[in-house]
Amino acid sequence: MSEARVKLDIRDVSIYYGDKPAIENVTLDIKEHEIFGIIGPANAGKTSFLKAINRMDMFTTNMEVRGDIYFNGYDIRKARNIYALRSRIGVVFPLPVGLPLTIYDNVALAPQLSGIKDKAELDIIVERCLARAALWDEVKDRLNSLGSLLSGGQQQRLTIARALSQEPEVLMLDEFSIAVDPVTTMRIEDVLKELKSEMTIILVTNLVQQANRLADRTAFFLEGKCVEIGETEAMFDGKVEHQRTLDYIQGKFG
Amino acid sequence: MFEISEINKRNQKTQKLFQILFMMMTVLLIMPVVAILGMLIYKGGSIISVDFLFSNPTNGMTAGGIFPAIFGTVWLVAVALLVSVPIGVAAAIYLSEYAPDNWLTRIINLAIINLAGVPSIVHALFGVGAFVIFFGFGTSILAASLTLAIMTLPVVIVASRESLQAVPLAFRMACWNMGATRWQTIRRVVLPNAVSGILTGVILEVSRTTGETAPIMFTGAAFFLPFLPQSVFDQTMALSLHLFVVSTQVPGVPEDLPYGVALVLIAMVLIMNSLSIAFRMYLRGKKKW
Repeated sequence: MSEARVKLDIRDVSIYYGDKPAIENVTLDIKEHEIFGIIGPANAGKTSFLKAINRMDMFTTNMEVRGDIYFNGYDIRKARNIYALRSRIGVVFPLPVGLPLTIYDNVALAPQLSGIKDKAELDIIVERCLARAALWDEVKDRLNSLGSLLSGGQQQRLTIARALSQEPEVLMLDEFSIAVDPVTTMRIEDVLKELKSEMTIILVTNLVQQANRLADRTAFFLEGKCVEIGETEAMFDGKVEHQRTLDYIQGKFG
Repeated sequence: MFEISEINKRNQKTQKLFQILFMMMTVLLIMPVVAILGMLIYKGGSIISVDFLFSNPTNGMTAGGIFPAIFGTVWLVAVALLVSVPIGVAAAIYLSEYAPDNWLTRIINLAIINLAGVPSIVHALFGVGAFVIFFGFGTSILAASLTLAIMTLPVVIVASRESLQAVPLAFRMACWNMGATRWQTIRRVVLPNAVSGILTGVILEVSRTTGETAPIMFTGAAFFLPFLPQSVFDQTMALSLHLFVVSTQVPGVPEDLPYGVALVLIAMVLIMNSLSIAFRMYLRGKKKW
């Protein structure tokens, strides 16, 4: 693990909504081809942290990000083409957002936006992404029906397929299993394990055991601060620096 | 276990009372509409014929048809729509999707809502000053339609903006996260889902534009013209003004003529409304979330 390239270098980042801090002085690095878990109770600043990474603070009123974030070594605060940055980062939200388009168009949208017009090429992308998101078999006969009418679990896999269609270098998942049944959750977890070889995954989760199952390293956020970062296995073996981390992992508070 | 107690009885009585009250209000509301339509059909129905619809007025407008007026109204409404819909929808998109939420935007929004309440005669005088005199269009279809367009713009803007904002923010967020620009998001996701609401604004505009008299009588509608307008720089007759003229300005008009004109006017509005409502229902049927 130690020689892996650093994908995201986050230095001393603080996020404020007006005067109220959401996270303060977080410094961490995320390496290529790892699943980086972020756990912590509500209001720990996990979602704000993800928003800072793909510069979605622009669309959030009052949100201010301080500190430096480097993507492949480039300072994203200075990036002139933020659209290119966002297209390299796939995002999956807590509640599945099937766009009000057909299943096909949901997945073909990102490639189309980046200029791919050839129908055959799009067909290949759509099939590949749906297959990788473990959804192809269920929807291959009705690609022209609406994506927003699929069931919750299917929509969440559609969202993942859509994120994959961007051919992202980083995939950020924000509590993806909140509105998904356990069986689908396990299927998506299997998908993530496979995707790891191709991209870097940031997994924000409210399920401690999910981080345990998937993450190579895990960060524990609490009340806007990054309490500690460690190898997931060691952490769950109880080798932690802070008692609060152990208490949270063992479910003594949540 | 299911016996009716005193309090149940009282609740059910009150509930019945309110149901009847609200139903009676609805009936009260519909009555004038039915009365007007009935009256018009009863008194003016007999005069409606192909000849009435497609020939010129004769004998100082006391006989003959009303074709120039129908023709003129269609022209006026069409040109007004052509101007106000693109401008109104563009302004609504800007206000809903691009404009930052600050005091200036809020003042603009307030101004637009207030503009919808300006009396039509004030718009008429503005039209005379701006289009007829300042821009030198003279009294013409163009000047009259522009005046109508200005008058109905606020309705189009407000209705369009509301329907744009009814599209959930999560859809926009999903697109932006994919690296889509604001315009790509608007074109691919927001606008297609707001069309049915925008259409509602346009329907309202069509109805109002067709019936308005004040804004056109000084800017482009003529008392009587022996010929049809050849271009937008000509004057034209219009149904609404024609109705006013034959009911009050010309002596010796047979009684059924004004009723017939009014019936045609209302029928035109109803037909246009029904068409757009049908179209809107078709779009709603394809509603996507």
